[in-house]
Amino acid sequence: MYSEKVMDHFTNPRNVGEIDDASGVGTVGNAKCGDIMKVYLKIEDGVVKDAKFKTFGCGAAVATSSMATELVKGKTIKEALDVTNKAVMEALDGLPPIKVHCSCLAEEALHAALWDYAQKEGIVIEGLKEPVNDIGEHEEILEEDY
Amino acid sequence: MNDIIYFDNAATTRVRPEVVNVMSEYFSESYGNPSSIYKIAQENKTAVEKGREQVAKAINAEKNEIYFTAGGSEADNWAIKGIAECYSDKGKHIITLSIEHHAVLHTCQYLESKGFEVTYLPVNEFGLVEIKELKKAIRDDTILISVMFANNEIGSVQPIKEIGSLAREKGIIFHTDAVQAVGHIPIDVKDMNIDLLSMSAHKFYGPKGIGALYIRKGIKIKPLIHGGAQERNRRAGTENVPGIIGMGLALELITSELSEEENRLIYLRDKLIDGILNNIPYSRLNGDRENRLPGNVNISFEFIEGESILLMLDMKGICASSGSACTSGSLDPSHVLLAIGLPHEKAHGSLRLTLGMFNTEDEVDYIIKELPPIISRLRNMSPLYEEVVKNKKC
Repeated sequence: MYSEKVMDHFTNPRNVGEIDDASGVGTVGNAKCGDIMKVYLKIEDGVVKDAKFKTFGCGAAVATSSMATELVKGKTIKEALDVTNKAVMEALDGLPPIKVHCSCLAEEALHAALWDYAQKEGIVIEGLKEPVNDIGEHEEILEEDY
Repeated sequence: MNDIIYFDNAATTRVRPEVVNVMSEYFSESYGNPSSIYKIAQENKTAVEKGREQVAKAINAEKNEIYFTAGGSEADNWAIKGIAECYSDKGKHIITLSIEHHAVLHTCQYLESKGFEVTYLPVNEFGLVEIKELKKAIRDDTILISVMFANNEIGSVQPIKEIGSLAREKGIIFHTDAVQAVGHIPIDVKDMNIDLLSMSAHKFYGPKGIGALYIRKGIKIKPLIHGGAQERNRRAGTENVPGIIGMGLALELITSELSEEENRLIYLRDKLIDGILNNIPYSRLNGDRENRLPGNVNISFEFIEGESILLMLDMKGICASSGSACTSGSLDPSHVLLAIGLPHEKAHGSLRLTLGMFNTEDEVDYIIKELPPIISRLRNMSPLYEEVVKNKKC
């Protein structure tokens, strides 16, 4: 079902964790669909110095988060925008058709983190759109539970 | 202990060696068509009738009330469509459950497109139908009640005898999809007032591609498969001779071992349930603790997703299943878990382990040991769990 690369990034995910003093944090997806990705970026001098993630989701969701954070590290902000879902999928040697949305989510999570950074810094990143962020829903679910 | 630990016996089972052994002869030596007149064919006819007798005996039916099909889905389709078409003059209303297998649900939805009305009864939080709800749903034009014997996902066993007597009293035909129950718990079609019952051989250590529909004597039904005169003119097609032989033997064997095997599985099941719930926080059992199939364990783990658990278990050689969206092939988790009131995220985090005759206590101990680190590893990756940990610290 999954390529060897996907299984590798699922079993040994790179960059799992949080960054306490992150420059930007993006959370996308919702618990209802079964996928939530949270990406932390540390950006210095216009370069992504570090990237971490936390993901609730299937094997493909974990693998795409791992690969996306791996690809974005060391990139300039402009280059980071080129880490698209297609790039993530290619780097993983492809995904089953039903899992393509996971790679889209990884791209959205990166963009959401970059957007958060831009908001905090008061800058405009050319070509970056405001993320469609339905995270409000999962917060409601958590409130119901606890 | 085996390299592969198979905890997915509700999906399918390993064919027992005695069954494989007896079937093999019917592929290469006794391959005659039972409808032909020469010796090797006539012997097969006798063998098919023996299989029919073995199946009938297991559920206390008569031999000529058993009709072989290509499996459980065909039996369900035939029972529901065949009864609906035959009795549509009397009425066009059918009652079933919201947690039925898709072989029943999608057949009912098809009939809705043909002008029938279907009531999908809800179940309680344990996955059981309330008899009073069923009584309320019965109308003058209700022709069929189709209620599954036991649920394939959460193992809840419905009050079949009560439903049977209610249906009989009201003069409504009663079908039960007993695919998960036959060979696992005692069934008596006479005592339980069952009119039609579907079963499938590969769920009780028999081969795939063979099943049966029990049709009580006196019940009229339209055929689903038209053609030759096989199965007393009710189901056309050359008999699946090796399948029937295998099914008959598999059911005879498991029925003779049933009470002992049931107790053994209940012990293993309860050990597994307690072993998981006591060792892993934020986990809950889905389904009813008492009215439950002997081999069924279904547990939801909060903050994580089912497919990830399955992949991790697979690496440990453990085969299991889940009701998460990722394993259902759609974006929605299991309709059964949603029907018992689970919110989406808990339904996504479900794990089903179904035990069978080949499972041992060592295997149960192994998964009780292997599961907690897998769950905590995935939780440490989950942003939902992160929030819980932070809220606790505050």
